[in-house]
Amino acid sequence: MMKNSLPLVIFVLLVVLLGVGLKLDPREVPSPLIDKPAPDFQLSDLHNTNNVITPEAMKGRVWLLNVWASWCGACRAEHQVINRLVKEHHVEIVGLNYKDASYDAKQWLEDFGNPYARVAIDRDGRTGIDWGVYGVPETFVVDKKGIIRYKSIGPVDQEKLDEIILPLIAQLNLEPLS
Amino acid sequence: MKKWLMTLLMMFAAFQAHAAIEIYQFDQAQQETLYKELTDELRCLVCQNQNLSSSNAGLAYDLRKETYEMVMQGQTREQIVDYMTNRYGDFVMYRPPLKTRTILLWFGPFLLLVVGIIVLMTTLRQRSKENDEPLSSEQHKNIQQLLEKGE
Amino acid sequence: MIPEIGQIALIIAFALALLQAIIPMTGAQLNNARWINFAAPAARGQFVFVGIAYLCLTYSFLVDDFSVLYAASTSNSQLPLIYKIAGVWGAHEGSLLLWALLLSGWTVVVSVFSQSIPKIMLARVLSVMGMVSIGFISFMLFTSNPFIRLFPAPVDGRSLNPLLQDPGLAIHPPMLYMGYVGFSVAFAFAIAAMIDGKLDAAWARWVRPWTNIAWVFMTIGITLGSLWAYYELGWGGWWFWDPVENASLMPWLVGTALIHSLAVTEKRAAFKSWTVLLAIFSFSLSLLGTFLVRSGVITSVHAFATDPARGIFILIFLLIVVGGSLVLFSFRAKSLRSVGKFSPVSREAGLLFNNVILVTMAGTVLLGTLYPLLLDALGIGKISVGPPYFNKVMVILAVPLYLMMGVGFFLRWKNDDLARIGKKIVIPLSLALVFAVVLPLLFAPEQQGLTFIGLLLASWIALASLLWLLNTTSSPFKLPASTWGAVIAHIGMAVTITGITLTSVYSHEKDVRLASEESYTVSDYTFKFIGVKEIQRDNYVAYQGTIEASELGQYVAIMRPEKRTYDQSSMPMTEAAIDAGIFRDLFVALGEPLGSGSWSLRIYHKPFVRWIWIGAMMMAFGGFLAAIDKRYRRVKKNKQAVIA
Repeated sequence: MMKNSLPLVIFVLLVVLLGVGLKLDPREVPSPLIDKPAPDFQLSDLHNTNNVITPEAMKGRVWLLNVWASWCGACRAEHQVINRLVKEHHVEIVGLNYKDASYDAKQWLEDFGNPYARVAIDRDGRTGIDWGVYGVPETFVVDKKGIIRYKSIGPVDQEKLDEIILPLIAQLNLEPLS
Repeated sequence: MKKWLMTLLMMFAAFQAHAAIEIYQFDQAQQETLYKELTDELRCLVCQNQNLSSSNAGLAYDLRKETYEMVMQGQTREQIVDYMTNRYGDFVMYRPPLKTRTILLWFGPFLLLVVGIIVLMTTLRQRSKENDEPLSSEQHKNIQQLLEKGE
Repeated sequence: MIPEIGQIALIIAFALALLQAIIPMTGAQLNNARWINFAAPAARGQFVFVGIAYLCLTYSFLVDDFSVLYAASTSNSQLPLIYKIAGVWGAHEGSLLLWALLLSGWTVVVSVFSQSIPKIMLARVLSVMGMVSIGFISFMLFTSNPFIRLFPAPVDGRSLNPLLQDPGLAIHPPMLYMGYVGFSVAFAFAIAAMIDGKLDAAWARWVRPWTNIAWVFMTIGITLGSLWAYYELGWGGWWFWDPVENASLMPWLVGTALIHSLAVTEKRAAFKSWTVLLAIFSFSLSLLGTFLVRSGVITSVHAFATDPARGIFILIFLLIVVGGSLVLFSFRAKSLRSVGKFSPVSREAGLLFNNVILVTMAGTVLLGTLYPLLLDALGIGKISVGPPYFNKVMVILAVPLYLMMGVGFFLRWKNDDLARIGKKIVIPLSLALVFAVVLPLLFAPEQQGLTFIGLLLASWIALASLLWLLNTTSSPFKLPASTWGAVIAHIGMAVTITGITLTSVYSHEKDVRLASEESYTVSDYTFKFIGVKEIQRDNYVAYQGTIEASELGQYVAIMRPEKRTYDQSSMPMTEAAIDAGIFRDLFVALGEPLGSGSWSLRIYHKPFVRWIWIGAMMMAFGGFLAAIDKRYRRVKKNKQAVIA
C-alpha cells in the first residue's frame, strides 16, 4: 500500500510546486548586485559634457539610479511617478541615459520633465551591463556606503513606491555613515 | 486584452528568424571555439528562449561584443562566465553551475536510475523466490480433488 | 449568427460529455444494460456537436469574420486559404477546440472498433474519456471561449507572422494532439481495469493498437517540430530543450516504455501494474504539457497567451484526473499483481530494465525543466537549465538503454542463460565495434570519442534487429506485420542515433565576409558568393543572395538565401537557403551588407542531419505496422463467422 501510494505523493508535491509557480514570474531576473557595492563608472553629464558623474561622489547619501531612454515607451509611463518621487519626497535620483542620442534625450526631458539631479550618458550600454541592466526602465536604490540595496525590474509604479522604495529610503536614511 | 497583445508581440519578437551575423576575426582557432561555445551557452536575457548566438536583441549584440573582446584579451572561460554571472546571476548560463543547490539537479537522474535498478532487482529476486515456494499440503489436497473431479 | 451556433453547440457537447461520463459508469456499477449502452451514442453525439462548433469557428476564419475575437487576433484577410484553415488551431482557444474535437473523435472510433471488448469495460472506458472531454470543454466555456465577439469588429485581423505560414508548422500541432489524445485511450482502459479489479492479456490486446497509433502520431509531431525549427529558424539547430519541446518528449519517452510494457502484458501476462502506471503517466504528462504551455509558469518561445487563471483551472483538472487515477492505483494495484514468473535473465527483465531507463529519462527531462521553478519557489535563486545539461545527462542515460536494446533482441522469454546470450552477441557486438572504429577512420575528418560511442550503439542496434529478423525459420516475408514493425522501428532509432552523433560532432558553421567572386571552403565544399540583388514578390520585398556551391570542383547547386521584409511587418526575416541531401545539408544564411558589395554570410555544412528525421519517420512507420497487425483484426472476423 505504501509503495503504491508513492506516485500519488510525488504527484501531489508536483502540483503544489506548480501552484506556487503560478504566482511567480519566470522571466524576472533578480540582481546578483543586491548588497554589493555599486559598480563604478565615469560618465559624462548629459547637460554638461565636461562634468564627470561617478557613484563615488554620491557616497554619504542615499540615492537612486534610474535607467531610462527616450525610445522607451514604458519610461514615459513611469516618468510621472519619478517626477512625483522627487517633488514630494525630495529623493535624489541620478538618471542613466541608456543607449540613446543626447539630442533626443534632452528633448524628452524638456517634454516630460527633468527630475534628475544629474543625467549620465551611457552611450554604448557598457555601464548598463556592469549594473546588470537587461531592460528599460530599471531603478536601483543605493545607500550611503555605496551599496546597492534594491533593484526595481521594470517601471516603478505607485505601489512599488509606497510599499518598498519609500520605506527603504527612510530606513537607509537612518543608517549611519560608516 | 493589452497584456495579451503584449505577449503576442513578444512571441513575434521571440520567433525572429535568425539574422544577427557578425564577423569577428580571431587570431587562433581555440579563441573562435571558445567564443562559439560561450555564446551558445549564454542565455539571452531579452529573448529568454534563445542563446546569445541566435538572438537578435540589442543586449545580445552588446554581450556578444563583450565576449569577443574578453576572448581576444586572453581571458579564460571561467573568467568570462564569472563576468557574466556577477552581473546577471546564474540565470544567464544555460549550463547550471554545480553548487549545493544544484546537486539534486546534476546527480538526481543517476540517483533515480540507481534507485530504479535496485527496485528492479529486488522485485526480480522476490518474484523468482515467490514462485519457487512448494505447495502447501492444503493446496496439494485441493489440486488432487480438482484433478479427480476432472477425470 | 454562426459563432453563436458554435457556442451553443459547444454547450450541448458539454452536456453530452457530462452524460457520457456519468451514465455509463453508473450503469457499469449497477449492471444496468441500458445505461451501459448509452456510452457509444453519447460519445457520437458529443463528437457531432464539437464538430459543429469546430466548423463554425473555421467558417469564421474562412469568411474573415473579425467580429469573432479569436479570428481577429489569429487570422488576416490576406492569409492564404490553407493557413486560414490551419490558423484555427494556431492559438490557445482554437487549439483547445481541436483537442476536444480529436478527443471526441478518438472516443467514437474506440466505440466503433470494440466488438470484442466486454460492454461493461467499454462503458467505463468511454466514460473516462468523457470525463476528460468535460475538462477540455469546460476549460473553454469558462476561461477560453473561442466564440467571444469583438464589437466593433476590426477591419482586418492582426498582422501576420510570416514565420508561422509554413506547411510543416501548420500540421505539427494536429499530429501532436493526436498523440496526446491517443494516450488518453490507454489511460481510460487502465482506469477501467483498475475499477474492474482485474487485467489480463486480452485487455493488453485491446489497448495495444490504440497506444501504438498514439505513439506514431507523437513521433511524427515531434519530428515535424524539429524539422521546422531547423529549416525555418536558421541557426542549424534541430532541438533546443525548450520547455515546450520537453513537454512533448516526456510523454513520448513514457509512451515508448508503455508500448513495450503492453507487449509483455499481452504476451506474458506480466508487468500489469507497471503497464497501468505507465498508462497513467503518459497521459498525465500529456496534460502536464498542456499546463506548462498555457499557464505562464515556464517561459517558452511556444507559450500561448498565458494567464494564471487558466493555469489554476488546468492545475485543478490535472489534480482531479491524475490524482484520482493515482488514488485508485494505490488501492487497486495489489489486485493487479502479475503472477507470471520470469528469471532475472530474460526478455521480460531486459524490457523492464529499459523501461526503468526510459522513465528515468522522462524524469530527468521533467527535473531539468522544472528545476528553475523549484529553486525560485524555494526562494534560493534563479538558474537556467538548458542544452548543456540535457545533452550531457540524457546522452549518458542513453548508453545503457541502447546497449540493452540490442541485447533484448537475443534474450529469450521467461528464462535465459547468460552464457548462451554471451555466445550469441559476441559476433554482432564485435562487428559493431569494428564499424564504430573503422568507419570514422576511413571517412571522418577527425576522431572523437562521441563518434565511436554513437556509431557503436547505432550499429549494435541495427545488427541486433536484423539478426532477430533473419533468425526465424519462416521466410521473412511471411512474418507478421508487428515483427517487421519492430525491426523497422528499432533500425530507425539506429539511423536517428547515427544522424545525431555525426551531425553533432562534424557540423561546421562559420560566419564569413565575402565580396563578389570570393569563396569559402569547408570540407570538400566550396561556396562562391556571386552577389545580392533586390527582388519583389506578392507580399514581401527581399535581398536575394546568389551563392554557387560546388564539391571538389563539381557544381552542386545555386543557393539563394533571402532577407525578406514582409508588407505587414517591419522586421526583416532571414530565409536560409538549404541544399538538402541524404548525406549532408548545405545551409547558407544572408547577413548584412558590409560595404563595397561584400556581405556577411553564415555557412553551414551539416553531415547526416537528415538521418535524424528519416530515422524518426522509420520509427513512426514501424509503429504503424505494429498497430495494424492482423491479430488485432482477427477476433472481429471470428465473431462475424460465428454470427453467420
